[in-house]
Amino acid sequence: MTAASDAELRARVSFWNDPKIRSAAVQSIMVLVVGFLFYEIIHNTIDNLTRRNIATGFGFFNKSAGFDLIQSLIFYSSESTYGRALVVGFLNTLLVASLGIFFATVLGFFVGIMRLSKNWLVAKLATIYIEGVRNVPLLLQMFVWYGVVLKSMPGPREAIDIGGIIFLSNRGLNIPNTVYGEGAWVGLVGLVIGVAGAIVLRRWARRRQAATGQPFPYIMTGLAMIVLLPILGLLLAGWPISFDYPVLGGFNFSGGTTVIPEFMALLVAVSIYTATFIAEIVRAGIQAVSHGQTEAASALGLRTGTVTRLVVIPQAMRIIIPPLASQYLNLTKNSSLAVAIGYPDLVATGGTVLNQTGQAIEIVMIWMAVYLTLSLLTSSFMNWFNSRMKLVER
Amino acid sequence: MSDQPVSQAYIRLEDAPRLRPPTSMVGVQGWIIANLFSSVSNGILTIVAGAFLFWVGWGVLDWAVFSATWSGADRTACAIEGAGACWPFAWIKFPQWIYGFYPLDQRWRVNICFIIGAAALIPMMMPSAPHKKWNALFLLVAYPLITLILLTGGHFTMSASAFLAAFTVLALAAVFLPLMAFGIEEGIQRNRIGLGLALLGLVIWLVSFAVDLGEWQTFLGRFSLGSLLAAALIGAGGVLGFFQLFSSADVAARGALRSWAIGAAVVLGIMLILKIDFGLEAVETSQWGGLLVTLVVAVTGIVASLPLGILLALGRRSNMPIVKLLSIIFIEVWRGVPLITVLFMSSVMLPLFLPEGVNFDKLLRALVGVALFSSAYMAETVRGGLQAIPKGQFEAAQALGLPYWKMMNLIVLPQALKIVIPGIVNSFISLFKDTTLVSIIGIFDLLGFVSASSNDVKWASPQTGATGYFAAALIFWVFCFSMSRYSIYTERRLNTGHKR
Repeated sequence: MTAASDAELRARVSFWNDPKIRSAAVQSIMVLVVGFLFYEIIHNTIDNLTRRNIATGFGFFNKSAGFDLIQSLIFYSSESTYGRALVVGFLNTLLVASLGIFFATVLGFFVGIMRLSKNWLVAKLATIYIEGVRNVPLLLQMFVWYGVVLKSMPGPREAIDIGGIIFLSNRGLNIPNTVYGEGAWVGLVGLVIGVAGAIVLRRWARRRQAATGQPFPYIMTGLAMIVLLPILGLLLAGWPISFDYPVLGGFNFSGGTTVIPEFMALLVAVSIYTATFIAEIVRAGIQAVSHGQTEAASALGLRTGTVTRLVVIPQAMRIIIPPLASQYLNLTKNSSLAVAIGYPDLVATGGTVLNQTGQAIEIVMIWMAVYLTLSLLTSSFMNWFNSRMKLVER
Repeated sequence: MSDQPVSQAYIRLEDAPRLRPPTSMVGVQGWIIANLFSSVSNGILTIVAGAFLFWVGWGVLDWAVFSATWSGADRTACAIEGAGACWPFAWIKFPQWIYGFYPLDQRWRVNICFIIGAAALIPMMMPSAPHKKWNALFLLVAYPLITLILLTGGHFTMSASAFLAAFTVLALAAVFLPLMAFGIEEGIQRNRIGLGLALLGLVIWLVSFAVDLGEWQTFLGRFSLGSLLAAALIGAGGVLGFFQLFSSADVAARGALRSWAIGAAVVLGIMLILKIDFGLEAVETSQWGGLLVTLVVAVTGIVASLPLGILLALGRRSNMPIVKLLSIIFIEVWRGVPLITVLFMSSVMLPLFLPEGVNFDKLLRALVGVALFSSAYMAETVRGGLQAIPKGQFEAAQALGLPYWKMMNLIVLPQALKIVIPGIVNSFISLFKDTTLVSIIGIFDLLGFVSASSNDVKWASPQTGATGYFAAALIFWVFCFSMSRYSIYTERRLNTGHKR
């Protein structure tokens, strides 16, 4: 009996049972349906827009916005353009997201380690915090921080005084401002040299340890370089730095920088909320490192601190970092709740522009483009990290 | 065996008497020492943590109970220096937080929905309760229908052409029934004429878009002549298809007929039930509010996102490149943007996408947005389950000759969905919390009503807002915490069977 060739077999099967033809048919139908859907949507949208006399395109970017924003990192006034307003919003989103990521990470790691503490009360305290906070909607927490906690702060005259330079009141947090005078660039040069030196030192120390087995305390020396070199530079330049302290005058503070309550409420809420998720990730990551690893390390005679630093944490980080990155992304997306308390982030600013111009499609496209870019950057980082940290097995 | 020892003088023949463990190692004292004061630093930690806990706990307790105002009719009772929570405010506003502006005399309808939902959900969640399949069917099909009619009042306007469309679709299915029962080749052979008629009908229907064939007034309503003609032709084809099935005593023919009948009964039944006037007063969705809206949004989101998410997850793992690409794009786009932009999109952009004159309810628009958004997350959850199924299961199913959908329905999905129950519950929790965002686009859910009533001038006091938010937080917390406990419980229960 001769084996039938592939072509013969195919000829015997009727064409609608051929998987290739089937999948081609399914996919072409799908393309048709999706294409039709898109055609309908675009067609209807153009129809609706012409009927409402709304011009499409990004021409409105150059028109004067006519509204004020309560916080801007770059110069902005109500005469500035819509485009600039959106840039201000984007920068505000980045600001709150990056600070939120910092605080949430610190708090999250702290609480995650607390939860693993051998001290029963400390572990329970961490559990109460995690279960209490993460089961309540973020928006509600934001309302509480904004509408209850910060609103009930005393007025500027009775502001809570922290060391005479920082004031907390219902107008926000007033902190001193750094004023850079002539020659402050020397400090910056010092900082750059310090960072570069620390990196070089770390490389050299690692190579030396690999070759000779002798460790070198590169962390402390590196930190010292990063801190001391800029100070040295500034001293050489005659200390061109001064501080502008907030001073109570009339009914409000003048001088210094005011951190607006909207920003504080948003930052505190997203940090505290996201920290609970990070804490759980940290706990799970540390617990996932098998006990045999710590036992083997102690059997080698390593101390507890060394075991944690060199055996547990590197392995736990491999598990922790991917979900951590997606939590960072969540935090960034959650910062869009700013619109509910009036902090001018990308979504809130965009919403105002949308209401004034009616350019719904353009604004929503900008929102989606920005957040999608952020999420694609995060996921490509995660892929890179995963491939770098993947366990290399036999 | 070795020899007996020469001298037994140094060998103990009995066990040494057992000493009681030191008191510092057992009992309450032992526990306290081991867990709280095992070292000096641990002791300091305990004292600091205990003091902190006491400080916070006492503060909350004092505010919520000891210093709280328990009775009063307006702000004068609560606006006292040093007073705690303003409970009469919460008590008076509570019905509004649950029902929104749902008419007072109609609130029993909402209550019935809550009760039926709980009664169906509790046995569903208990692993020992029987008839899971029927229970799930009730929850996913009958219950949404019941709530829809009870909450809105039913009596939807359903034009005669909607019935005509349903009839045509069912007839079209009947045309293809012989193909299902006898296989494609024989089926085509047997129902040649029926298929031809149906094809002609479809062509006429398509042509009627381009060429206006006129309208015809009947006692049922106005129909366009094209669609009427198409329906008639397809109907005739369906009748011919039936003849083929009735004339054969084949088991497969019976099966095909039965499934068609069930499908037809369900479709027509749903349409009829929606159309029937039960005498319930119509309640606009703008009158809904509070916890009712929170639950409606969350439950609709999860129920709609399950099938959609499963399809997307299968699509993402498909071998067909276009299907895979489209699924990936859909999932990643929705997952990449914040829910609030999705809600803005559904409230300002969706009306632009629809043809002129078609306009639907604000709440429904938000529901569409929430359902699409959560289906992307559901897809990723389900994909996790699909990936956990060993390849051998797929291969075994294919070796048995099962086609794709049978393999998925009978072998893969039952196992995959079982694994991801905790994941589904977790995404339900986050969806439940996220529903609060609808208050930003002007749909008043529980949080929306709580914020709104905190601004009531009649109750204006420093503690009003805090009391409202505290109560709302408690409600959300109870829901979410119990769901997360359930998810952990299922995870543990499912874990045992799969350990190797």
